[in-house]
Amino acid sequence: MPKRTDLKKIMIIGSGPIIISQACEFDYSGTQAVKALREEGLEVVLVNSNPATIMTDPEMADRTYVEPITPEVVIEVLKAERPDAILPTLGGQTALNTALMVAETGILERLGIEMIAATPEVIRKAESRELFREAMNNIGLRVPESDICRDLPSVLAAAERIGYPVVVRPAFTLGGTGGGVAYNREDLERTAAHGLSASLTHEVMIEESVLGWKEFELEVMRDRKDNVVIICSIENLDPMGVHTGDSITVAPAQTLTDREYQVMRDASIAIMREIGVETGGSNVQFAINPADGELVVIEMNPRVSRSSALASKATGFPIAKMAAKLAIGYTLDELPNDITKETMASFEPTIDYCVVKAPRWAFEKFPGAEDVLSTAMKSVGETMAIGRTFKEALQKGLRGLEIGRAGLLGDGKDPAPERPEMTPDKLRQLITKPSSLRIFWVAQGLKQGMGVDELYKITGIDPWFLFNIKQIVEFQGELESRRPWGGLKNSLQEMDAGLMRRAKQMGFSDRQIAHALSSDEDTVRARRLELGVEHTYKLVDTCAAEFEAYTPYFYSTYETEDECRAGDKRKVMILGGGPNRIGQGIEFDYCCVHASMALREMGIESIMVNSNPETVSTDYDTSDKLYFEPLTKEDVLNIIDSEKPEGIIVQFGGQTPLNLAVPLERAGAPILGTPPDAIDRAEDRDRFVELLRLLNLRQPENGTATSVEGALAVAERIGYPVVVRPSYVLGGRAMEIVYDHDSLTRYMTTAVEASPDHPILVDKFLEDAVEVDVDAVADHEGGCVVAGIMEHIEQAGVHSGDSACVLPPHNLTPAMVKEIKEATYALARELGVLGLMNIQYAVKDGLLYLLEVNPRASRTVPFVSKATGIPWAKVATKVMMGQTLAGLGITEEVVPKHYSVKEAVFPFVRFPGVDPWLGPEMRSTGEVMGIDRDLGLAFAKSQLGAGQILPTKGTVFISVKDADKPAVAPIAAKLHRLGFDLVATTGTHAFLTKQGIDCRHVFKVSESRPHVVDAMVNGEINLVINTTEGKGPASDAYQIRRTALERGLAYCTTLAAARATADAVEALLKNDTLTVTPLQDYYAAG
Amino acid sequence: MALDALLVLEDGTAFPCRTFAGSGEVAAEVCFNTAMTGYQEAITDPSYKGQMLAMTYPLIGNYGTNPEDAESRAVQISAFLVKEYQEFPSNFRSTQSLSEYLEEAGIMGVEGLDTRALTRHLRIQGAMRGVLSTEDLDPASLAAKAQASPGLVGIDLVKEVTCPQPYRWQDGAPGPELDLNGDFDPEEMWDGGEGSYKVVCLDCGIKYNILRRLEKRGNKLIVVPASTSADTILKLQPDGVFLSNGPGDPAAVTYVVDTVKSLMGRSPIFGICLGHQMIGQALGGKTFKLKFGHRGANQPVMDLKTSKVEITSQNHGFCVDSETISDPQVVMTHLNLNDRTLEGLTHREVPVFCVQYHPEAAPGPHDADYLFDRFQDMMQSKQPLA
Repeated sequence: MPKRTDLKKIMIIGSGPIIISQACEFDYSGTQAVKALREEGLEVVLVNSNPATIMTDPEMADRTYVEPITPEVVIEVLKAERPDAILPTLGGQTALNTALMVAETGILERLGIEMIAATPEVIRKAESRELFREAMNNIGLRVPESDICRDLPSVLAAAERIGYPVVVRPAFTLGGTGGGVAYNREDLERTAAHGLSASLTHEVMIEESVLGWKEFELEVMRDRKDNVVIICSIENLDPMGVHTGDSITVAPAQTLTDREYQVMRDASIAIMREIGVETGGSNVQFAINPADGELVVIEMNPRVSRSSALASKATGFPIAKMAAKLAIGYTLDELPNDITKETMASFEPTIDYCVVKAPRWAFEKFPGAEDVLSTAMKSVGETMAIGRTFKEALQKGLRGLEIGRAGLLGDGKDPAPERPEMTPDKLRQLITKPSSLRIFWVAQGLKQGMGVDELYKITGIDPWFLFNIKQIVEFQGELESRRPWGGLKNSLQEMDAGLMRRAKQMGFSDRQIAHALSSDEDTVRARRLELGVEHTYKLVDTCAAEFEAYTPYFYSTYETEDECRAGDKRKVMILGGGPNRIGQGIEFDYCCVHASMALREMGIESIMVNSNPETVSTDYDTSDKLYFEPLTKEDVLNIIDSEKPEGIIVQFGGQTPLNLAVPLERAGAPILGTPPDAIDRAEDRDRFVELLRLLNLRQPENGTATSVEGALAVAERIGYPVVVRPSYVLGGRAMEIVYDHDSLTRYMTTAVEASPDHPILVDKFLEDAVEVDVDAVADHEGGCVVAGIMEHIEQAGVHSGDSACVLPPHNLTPAMVKEIKEATYALARELGVLGLMNIQYAVKDGLLYLLEVNPRASRTVPFVSKATGIPWAKVATKVMMGQTLAGLGITEEVVPKHYSVKEAVFPFVRFPGVDPWLGPEMRSTGEVMGIDRDLGLAFAKSQLGAGQILPTKGTVFISVKDADKPAVAPIAAKLHRLGFDLVATTGTHAFLTKQGIDCRHVFKVSESRPHVVDAMVNGEINLVINTTEGKGPASDAYQIRRTALERGLAYCTTLAAARATADAVEALLKNDTLTVTPLQDYYAAG
Repeated sequence: MALDALLVLEDGTAFPCRTFAGSGEVAAEVCFNTAMTGYQEAITDPSYKGQMLAMTYPLIGNYGTNPEDAESRAVQISAFLVKEYQEFPSNFRSTQSLSEYLEEAGIMGVEGLDTRALTRHLRIQGAMRGVLSTEDLDPASLAAKAQASPGLVGIDLVKEVTCPQPYRWQDGAPGPELDLNGDFDPEEMWDGGEGSYKVVCLDCGIKYNILRRLEKRGNKLIVVPASTSADTILKLQPDGVFLSNGPGDPAAVTYVVDTVKSLMGRSPIFGICLGHQMIGQALGGKTFKLKFGHRGANQPVMDLKTSKVEITSQNHGFCVDSETISDPQVVMTHLNLNDRTLEGLTHREVPVFCVQYHPEAAPGPHDADYLFDRFQDMMQSKQPLA
């Protein structure tokens, strides 16, 4: 069946900001879909509020709306664009839910717009627990026993009937938000209350627990002729009870016979048909009782998902691209398999390697959050590794996580057995509790002699995995037994090729081997090569070598045949960012993808190296070659040895490649762009001070300390408050503002480990300064152009990644802007920047202070590119390859006529007990962009995009610290004038009343009842302005912020944000509906 | 105790490996299978007689073996070649590890072999003979032995795997043996009892799952040796005749082709794999050897009548050349979407149909199970399909 001819214009909805459980995999799938549809000559309209996506690049879709993904906004876009159809299955749960809400308004019928791939009925059937259960009963499949409940009494009754433990699953939420396992009534009351409020429809399902059962997923595709194929099977290492996004997962399934696998395959196909997904990809999750093979269906997602992105990367089959083509009418047998070219997409990929996905968490960013894994997803990123054996893939995956580990064990990071926490009982506890480190504890358990049976009993991890892990542990023991003692022998020299090869085939890194033999990585590498134990590359080809593959997508292993196709074309290698984490996410992948595009435009072969399966950079057709490899020195040097690129780009992938720059350069690799020494000059505090002195630039008073005493002395000299942080970190890790000696002492003794190698930086904190972020590009002739100047909305002290900002700046004087530019040019020249740089300034009392210089691509590059319409990362790449800015026609800063506001998005709601307070340590997972000709509306859009609903009437609660009182008065007055009622706690109330602002009094939590939190819970408050600094769960401030967060109330924790919010509310009141405008129109208007 | 082993192909390409089961020396054609599950079904499939089998999926042995998943009474392959043997099986049905299973059958299993390199080599160079040895590790000597080995072309391997005596299949397993020599009462042979249809299965190396699928539909089954004459078969008064899969060169099994010719038009016939090749030849077609065969569980086949695609399980090195069938009454029913080769035939006037692939799966998808229903319909109507 060929393409439908009645479809000419399609709307795709993206997934919005990166949040936990909805990350850049949807940019990957959306980008593939947009490309696939345009390839077919269709016009594509895109709505996505996330500026850091490739899909929102203006040349991707025809009409790109960087607007909030809400039903109201989508309806405005539909009215403006009148597409023939909406394709809702590519933007995650956000797109699906939004499309459903849009459909429910009846607008689609009125405008004659079709929903393709999944109709509203299908979405409801798959998403509503009740309808889903019915559907499964219809086809004779079992789902765990369950009851749908809408209030607490029925929840308790359901649990009585089913029996504890029970799983609480809220309907219509993402990544299991608000769900969990309840072992007793008390657990249940707490979890169910949370779940009911998290659910869009105030429904939770109380479900029979299948904890400890084996968990599997199948990725399924269907076309409109009812052809159904399975793309990939995935088996979770962690059994049921841990969210699949938090599980280490393995493809393909490992412990099923063909008979059991086929039962699951048949079930998936039956589910696809019963739910009625017309076309496209879906994901079905199953649990299997390990004792007797009983199968239950857990859930199905009628859309592409994180798992489908993983399945695409694991097999080479582009699920999203195919889903888009199937949606417009093609059938699988009509679509070619890109990788083999000669065969069609109507087949099932088969793989001849093992894939391991390992999640990465950020618990260290959220003090108060417990590192325990359950049914609600908490990981922020993931890495994927490919090996010829599970052991190899697992160890590659663990070193690819970039958490400082070089493998499963034996890398010098194992806890010493004599440490007090390593008693057998304690170790047992650590192994029993699912946590971010459990896999390492399991290895330690085996090392300490625990048996597979015992470990199986306490973890539920299938013995097959445990045996494989045991083989790694035993082999490590064998290596270690060769460790030299008393200088009597050189064990490395005695190691033969056979043993070395076995080590590599089990995935041991040179670092692990070095540690076992008391040697060092470089020596091991040299010896290994001398023994002729060299890496080989194999191809990911969808067909286990049955057909010739054309797509150069490689992984390393230690085999006899190398399929690397290094040619002698000009080629450049780009190092990606590895797994997403807070502070290093999609923004850097965006830059890497642009670097690759720029190289292609220049006719230079681009070679991408990355280990993150969620990204566009690891799509097999983004670059000329893709190496799916961990970003470690060893793995990258291997690729360099094979490919011999003329240059390596390290400045786009964030801190990961930057940290590799010096080691790679020392190993003789050609690093492109700004020399690593310039990076050192910017990051080494003493050299930085020297640099500023040379350029006559001002910085806040500061010093470095390597001890508690040193830090106290510096603080004494420059005066409190001070900002303290370790050097060489990203995302403000362990950064704090401290106001006195005691706090500083506590920080130095508990928060960081200072040493001469790792000094602590102590800076004077500029209170109430305006922070400014600048991105600039410089070429080899000394040309430098400012890409964008962003004024932060939060004052200095809030991490730049967490602060909202606006471009162009609106509070800076022209003279100050000029001063900023000149300082930027001077820094670029002096450092010899070649490519991108980012500088953070602070403006206080008319004086410009330099806070930080990063001679590399920053998180803001995509935002600036979207705001100005210039692809800065591409420009920077070309400049790094020797072109000049003048030659590229880029001579001066572009100051757009419209305002672009970037707002950060936070995962606090995922971490019960965490204070949603903004500080110098970055904690946001993603960002949105609000764009409008009116600043207030641009801010309002950014808030809407970030999920904060700004009220236009109702009651505002105000409680601010003393220092903020004078400044809050005009904001309060304005809100009052706009028709809001004001309530305030004692101090603020007294102050506002004295200023003549009409305002009611409300009790603090600590005073009496009914207090402010009661009012919030009762729905009597619509907006919260709270800048008081109480910390810890007992404080009023904490309870107010947490309640606002959980109730979905708009809240501001800084005055600047409150001011912007008031402006935004005013703008909203002036406009009945938000006007929507595509990027293409903004750029055309200049 | 693992022994060093060496696989050498007839062109001299050598693959070092080590044993996880057995030892010795064996010569056979080397082939690969791309299915990711179902190694036990594969190694017990009689169609692999005379072949060493390499699995492209690298981890093998994961779920052990069990009595229910065997596709015949013995391990049929000449040797098993894998990347990494998993010595600790984990599955609730597992009763024996793969290495024990192979040891018991006296079949060599080797691991540590770069199976992807082997697969690519066979894909590019075509199917080859090889010698696997733990006794002789000299590549030149093994290459010479490989060149001297018989290979598959022109060889009748059916006689090595067919059942020695006719037997009734009942309750999912081979039942009592029967004597069909001389005069017999067909009713006695079928043992009365209830059943939809009486099906005689000509065993050229039949997979048990074919018998299971036929029995599941309520049929009564008698399995007869490949050399059984058409007269003997017809004496059983069957409602249908099934022609099984089997090993080796279809052109070498002329006696079965003759039997099929005699049966056509006198009983509904359904053939699978080698059975399809027998029917193809009986209809005047010729077979040829594929470059490296189809062996896996992911081959797309289009049913040309509905133009729907089914994902099929396949295991064949030879193929019927559709160009060589001139009879205009013969209809091509199924097509392989990978290489456009013939996958199924039927006849407009005679109740006969066949497929080159394996609707009984085991291992593989169940998409084509409907063909067994089609056979039921044909036995009921006694009419041609087309």
